[in-house]
Amino acid sequence: MSIGIVSAAYIAAAVLFILSLGGLSGQESAKRAVWFGIVGMAIAVLVTILGPGVGNLEVILPMIAIGSAIGWYVAARVQMTEMPQLVAALHSFVGLAAVFTGFNADIELANVQSLDEAQRAALTGFAGILAHKTPVEISILRVEVFLGVFIGAVTFTGSVVAFGKLAGKIDGKATKLPGGHVLNAAAAIACAILLVMYCQGYGLWTLILMTLLAFFIGWHLIMGIGGADMPVVVSMLNSYSGWAAAAIGFTLGNDLLIVVGALVGSSGAILSYIMCKAMNRSFISVILGGFGGETGPAQEIAGEQVAIDAAGVAAALNDADSIIIVPGYGMAVAQAQQSISELTRKLRARGKTVRFAIHPVAGRLPGHMNVLLAEAKVPYDIVLEMDEINEDFPSTDVAIIVGSNDIVNPAAQDDPNSPIAGMPVLEVWKARQVFVSKRGQGTGYSGIENPLFYKENTRMFYGDAKSSVDKLLPMLD
Amino acid sequence: MKIGAPKEAAPGEARVALTPDSAKQLEKLGHTCLVESGAGQSAGFSDEAYRQAGVQVVGSAAELWSGADVIVKVRPPSETETQNLSADKTLISFFYPAQSTALLEQCRDRGASVIAMDMVPRISRAQKMDALSSMANIAGYRAVIEAGANFGRFFTGQVTAAGKVPPAKVLVIGAGVAGLAAIGTATSLGAITYAFDVRPEVAEQIESMGANFVFLDFAEQQDGAATGGYAAPSSPEFREKQLAKFRELAPDMDIVITTALIPGRPAPKLWLEDMVAAMKPGSVIVDLAAERGGNCDLTVPDQKIVSPNGVTVIGYTDFPSRMAAQSSTLYATNIRHMLTDLTPGKDGKIVHNMDDDVIRGATVAHQGAITFPPPPPKVAAIAAQKPKEKPKELTPEEKRAQETAQFRSETRSQVLLLAAGTALLMLVGAYAPASFMAHFVVFVLACFVGFQVIWNVSHSLHTPLMAVTNAISGIVILGALLQIGSSSLIVVILAAISVLIATINIVGGFLVTRRMLAMFQKS
Repeated sequence: MSIGIVSAAYIAAAVLFILSLGGLSGQESAKRAVWFGIVGMAIAVLVTILGPGVGNLEVILPMIAIGSAIGWYVAARVQMTEMPQLVAALHSFVGLAAVFTGFNADIELANVQSLDEAQRAALTGFAGILAHKTPVEISILRVEVFLGVFIGAVTFTGSVVAFGKLAGKIDGKATKLPGGHVLNAAAAIACAILLVMYCQGYGLWTLILMTLLAFFIGWHLIMGIGGADMPVVVSMLNSYSGWAAAAIGFTLGNDLLIVVGALVGSSGAILSYIMCKAMNRSFISVILGGFGGETGPAQEIAGEQVAIDAAGVAAALNDADSIIIVPGYGMAVAQAQQSISELTRKLRARGKTVRFAIHPVAGRLPGHMNVLLAEAKVPYDIVLEMDEINEDFPSTDVAIIVGSNDIVNPAAQDDPNSPIAGMPVLEVWKARQVFVSKRGQGTGYSGIENPLFYKENTRMFYGDAKSSVDKLLPMLD
Repeated sequence: MKIGAPKEAAPGEARVALTPDSAKQLEKLGHTCLVESGAGQSAGFSDEAYRQAGVQVVGSAAELWSGADVIVKVRPPSETETQNLSADKTLISFFYPAQSTALLEQCRDRGASVIAMDMVPRISRAQKMDALSSMANIAGYRAVIEAGANFGRFFTGQVTAAGKVPPAKVLVIGAGVAGLAAIGTATSLGAITYAFDVRPEVAEQIESMGANFVFLDFAEQQDGAATGGYAAPSSPEFREKQLAKFRELAPDMDIVITTALIPGRPAPKLWLEDMVAAMKPGSVIVDLAAERGGNCDLTVPDQKIVSPNGVTVIGYTDFPSRMAAQSSTLYATNIRHMLTDLTPGKDGKIVHNMDDDVIRGATVAHQGAITFPPPPPKVAAIAAQKPKEKPKELTPEEKRAQETAQFRSETRSQVLLLAAGTALLMLVGAYAPASFMAHFVVFVLACFVGFQVIWNVSHSLHTPLMAVTNAISGIVILGALLQIGSSSLIVVILAAISVLIATINIVGGFLVTRRMLAMFQKS
C-alpha cells in the first residue's frame, strides 16, 4: 500500500473520529457515533499495518489478538459502578504506551546516528524518516520525544493512583509528602534542566532520570487530590493521555496521531473545565488539592437532624404528586441504582411525576450518575441536568437525596465563609419535603457541615441507600 | 397509667382530646384509656367506637376524674373541674397560663402537674405536638369556608353560557399557620389571593402557596426569628404605611381574612371602619383574631354582623370546634405525641423529665410549684434571618445596554485571542523548520475542531465521551506499529508491549462505550 493511500485513509479515519465525538451530542446519535469511532480505528490500524515500513507481522498479530481478548473480557465484565476505575486504568495504558514509544524513538535515533551515510540511505520505515532529518529537526524531535515521555509518564502513574483510589485499593483521602507541592515543583524544574541536557546530547540516562521524576510527579500529584475532586482528576488524565499521543505523533511525523491526540486532549480539558466550573473552583486549586483556606468561621447551624423511618417516607411518597431524586456517589457505593429504578417505576405507574436531578460533579466521573441510572433502565428523558431542574424544586412535593452531600449544601449560597461558597448547588431545600438517605450523621468527603440536614422540612432517612429503598418498595400502595 | 378524656364542659365545645385511633396508639405505649360516655358524640365518635378500640367508657365525669391518672382535655379546666385534681394526677390541655393566673394557682394548690398544650415550644422536634398550629390550620381552612358560605358569588372565575363571572379577590392578613391555610384553601377554590405579613421572610411561603405577597416598601422590617417566629408590635410609621396600603386595597377585595395576633397582647386593629365602608356590598370579612378583640373595628366576638353598607363581618371564635371531627383527630394526635415523649420506656410509666426542652416548656405546674414562664429553650426555634440583598430590577434600556456591552467585550476578547494566537503561530513559524510547521498546523486545527465539537456533547454522555476518547487515544498503537519493524530487539519488545496495551485500550474502550450507550433508553 503506497504512502498516498495511507494518507488518504488517515484523513478518512480522522473525519470518522471527529464525527464520533460530535455524535455524542444526543443519546440516539451517540449509538451511531460509536460505530464511526470503531470503523475509523479499524481503518487506521489496518492501513498502518499494510502500509510501508511495518515489519514483524508475526509479533503484531498475536499482540493484537491477545490485547483484543483482554479488552473484550474487561469490557464485558466491568460493573457500571466500576466505570471510573476502568477509565483510569485505561488511561494508564495510553500513558505507558507513550513512554515506550518515546524511548523507542530515542533508541532508534541513536542507532541511526551510529550508522554511516550509505547504510542510512538504505533504511526504511521509521528509521528511514529519522535518517533524513536535519540537525534542527533532530533537536525538535528530541524535544518532542522528551515531552511525549514526560506527559506519558505523568499520565501513567497518575492514572494508576487514580485507579487505586477509585477502586478503593488506596486510601481516597488527599495525602502529600512533607514538602507538598514544592517537591512537585522541584521535580518539574529538574525535568526542565534534563530537557536542556538531553537536547545537547547527554544521552539516554537523562531521559530515564526524567521518566522517573515524571513518574514521581504523577504519583504525588494525584495522591494529593481526593474524593469529590476525582471527576476533575479523571478528565484531566484523559486530557493528558491525549496530549501524550499528540506528542508521540509529532515524534513520528504521523498526522493522524496528532489529530486524535489533539481531539482527546481538548476533550479532556473541556471536561475538566466544566467540572471545575460546577464546583466554582479554579483548575489550579483542584490540582493543588484540598479546599482553599477558609475565610472565616462557618455559620452556626441551629436545629437538629430529625430522623424518619421507611413508613414515614412511604406515606409522604404516596401523598406526593411530584418527586425529584438527587443521586450522588453514595448511590454508586451502595449499588442502589436498581432499587431506585424500581422505586421510580412504581411511583410513575401511579401517575406521579418522578424526575432525577444530576449535578455535574455528582459521582466520581463526569456523567457517572447518568450511566448508572441508564444501566438500571431509568429512561434518560426524566434524568435532568442541574440547570434544567433547579427552578422546579419549589413546586416539588418531595425531594429524595440519595448519597449526595456537598452538591445539595445550601451553605454554598448562604454562607460566604463556607469552603464551597459560590458553588452552584441543587436547591433541594425549596421542595416541600426533603428526605436524605444517608449512612450516618457524619459529614461527607469534604468534611463540610450541611445545614440542609437541619432544615425544618428535612428528614433524615438513615441507613444503607439500597436497603433503605428496598424497605420502601413494599410500602408504596 | 390510665389516660382519661372527660366530656368538654364548655358550652358549644364539640372537640374531644381522645379518639379511638389515638387510644389504640396509647395502648401500644402501655397505657389504658378511659373516656366519659358521650364525650366524642359531637365530634362523631360514638361510645361504641371507643369500646371497640379497647377504651373503657365510664358513665360520669366524677368517675372519670377519679379513675384516670392523666386527664387529657381540650379547653382549660373549669374551677369545679380543678377540684378533682390531686398530687398524683397530671392534666394535659390548653391552659393559657399567662392569662389565667388564678386557675394556675388553684392547680398548684392541688399539687397536680399541668402540661399546657399551648406552651409547647416552637422547635422542630416539638412540631408533632404543636396543637396551636394544628388548630390554627383548621381555623384558616374553616375561615375560607365560612366566608364562602356568606359570600354570594363563585370563588373561581368562569365563562359560562350565562355570562362571565369574575374571580373573587381574597386578602389574607397575617401569614401564620392559619393565614397560610386560608391562602391555600382560597387559591384552591380558584380565588385570586393576596396576602400580607409584617415579617418579610414569609413572602416566600406566601408565594409558595399560590398567593401574591403584598409588598410594603419600608426600610425597617421585622425579623421574625428574634421572637420565635411570631410577629412583634410594629412602629407607628410602619403601621401608618400598612394601613394606607390596606385602604388602597379595600375597594377591590371581596373577602378579607384577618389572622394577625401578637403573643400576649390584644389583637392589633388593622381593618378600620373606613376600610369596611370602602368595601363593596356583599363582601365578607372573617376575623380570626376575634377572641382577642379582633383585627377589624366592627368585629363582635362569637357573632356574625352586617355593616351598614352590606359587608358581613364574622367574628366566630370556635372555628376548630365547628370542624370537631377533624380537629379532634389532630388534637388527639398532638396529645398522643406528647404522651409518647412522656413515656420514653413505652412501658406505661410517665416520666416527667424536666430537663427535656419540650416537656419543661409545656409544664406550667409541677410538684406543687408553678413552673411558668419556662426558661428559654436550648435550641433556637428558627435560624436568624440574614439581611437579604434584593437584586435590582433592570429597566429594558439598562438591559439592552448591558447586552451590547457584553457583546462588545466578547467580540473584543475573541479578536484579541485570535490575534494573539496568530502572532504566536507566526513566531513559531519564523523559527521552526517547514516539516514541523506542517504537523503543527494540523495540531492546532485539530485542537480547534476538538473544542468546537466537545462543547456540544450532552452532559449526560460525559462518561461515554471519556470512554470513547479513551478508546481513540489508543491510536498510540500506530506509533508502536511503525517502530516494531526495527532491527533493535529492545525496540521490538517495547513496541510489542505498547501494541498489546494499546489494543486493550481500543477494544475495551469501544466495547464499554457501546455497552453504556445501549443502556440509554427513552421512556
